[in-house]
Amino acid sequence: MLEQIIFYVLSFVVVFCSIFAVTTRRVIRSATCLLLVLLCTAAFYLLLNYHFLMAVQIAVYAGGVMVLFIFGIMLTHKPGDSVDNASWKRRLGALVASVAGIALCGGIIYFNVSNAVATLAHDELAVQQLGTQLMGTGKFQYLLVFELISILLLACIVGAIMVARKRK
Amino acid sequence: MYEIIVDFLSMQVPLVAYLSVGLVMFFAGVYGFLTRKNLLMMLIAIELMLNGADLNFAVFNRYLYPQQHEGMFFTIFAIAVAACETAVAIAIIINIYRNLNNIDVEKIDEMKY
Repeated sequence: MLEQIIFYVLSFVVVFCSIFAVTTRRVIRSATCLLLVLLCTAAFYLLLNYHFLMAVQIAVYAGGVMVLFIFGIMLTHKPGDSVDNASWKRRLGALVASVAGIALCGGIIYFNVSNAVATLAHDELAVQQLGTQLMGTGKFQYLLVFELISILLLACIVGAIMVARKRK
Repeated sequence: MYEIIVDFLSMQVPLVAYLSVGLVMFFAGVYGFLTRKNLLMMLIAIELMLNGADLNFAVFNRYLYPQQHEGMFFTIFAIAVAACETAVAIAIIINIYRNLNNIDVEKIDEMKY
């Protein structure tokens, strides 16, 4: 019962904040709303019993990525700057596109996803099992992907420094 | 009325509810990506879209195949890739701002040569 109430409150916050994030004219407000959406998504993962995923979401997204965004905003905007809106034609076109997309995907979800098969299991994923899956080389184990991600991260660090450094 | 609300809340959260939240997040991102002219705002819209997709992976995994964890691992790796992408994109945006004093996509129409 409590879980359902929490879910509906959170989903209300997510819907409101994600719409506000794409319509407000202040960049910093948009970033704050994005932060709220990311934290609510972390709470959804917690409701789904994915505790490790929640920790990753908070640490990487709400921590790292948001700090990058704040840096970017501070470096490229003066305080109190507001961006100008797009023309109403473009906004209308985008609105039509996204409402049509919601209608299409919502129709597909409504007519194809049945509620009968969906039962939420309430067991938590053990961290030990998660570790063996992440670090193994067998079937359903992800050591190769893990290493690829580490190389990608390294390349991104080097690339970001090379792109953003001051040239003499 | 009261009984209807209690009945509704005593069921578990349906799969459709989670999918609808992801759907709204994704298409809010689409709307933002199509209307924004500021590069940072477009990046924020992209993050919204990625987040909606990530939520869907985890939800499908949990509801339909709770014994397996492919969806969860896919979400973890997608979050890592999104972090990389954001870092590089913000570096590029800062570089553009430093060279042109502007991050409006409609005014960035000059190349170096």
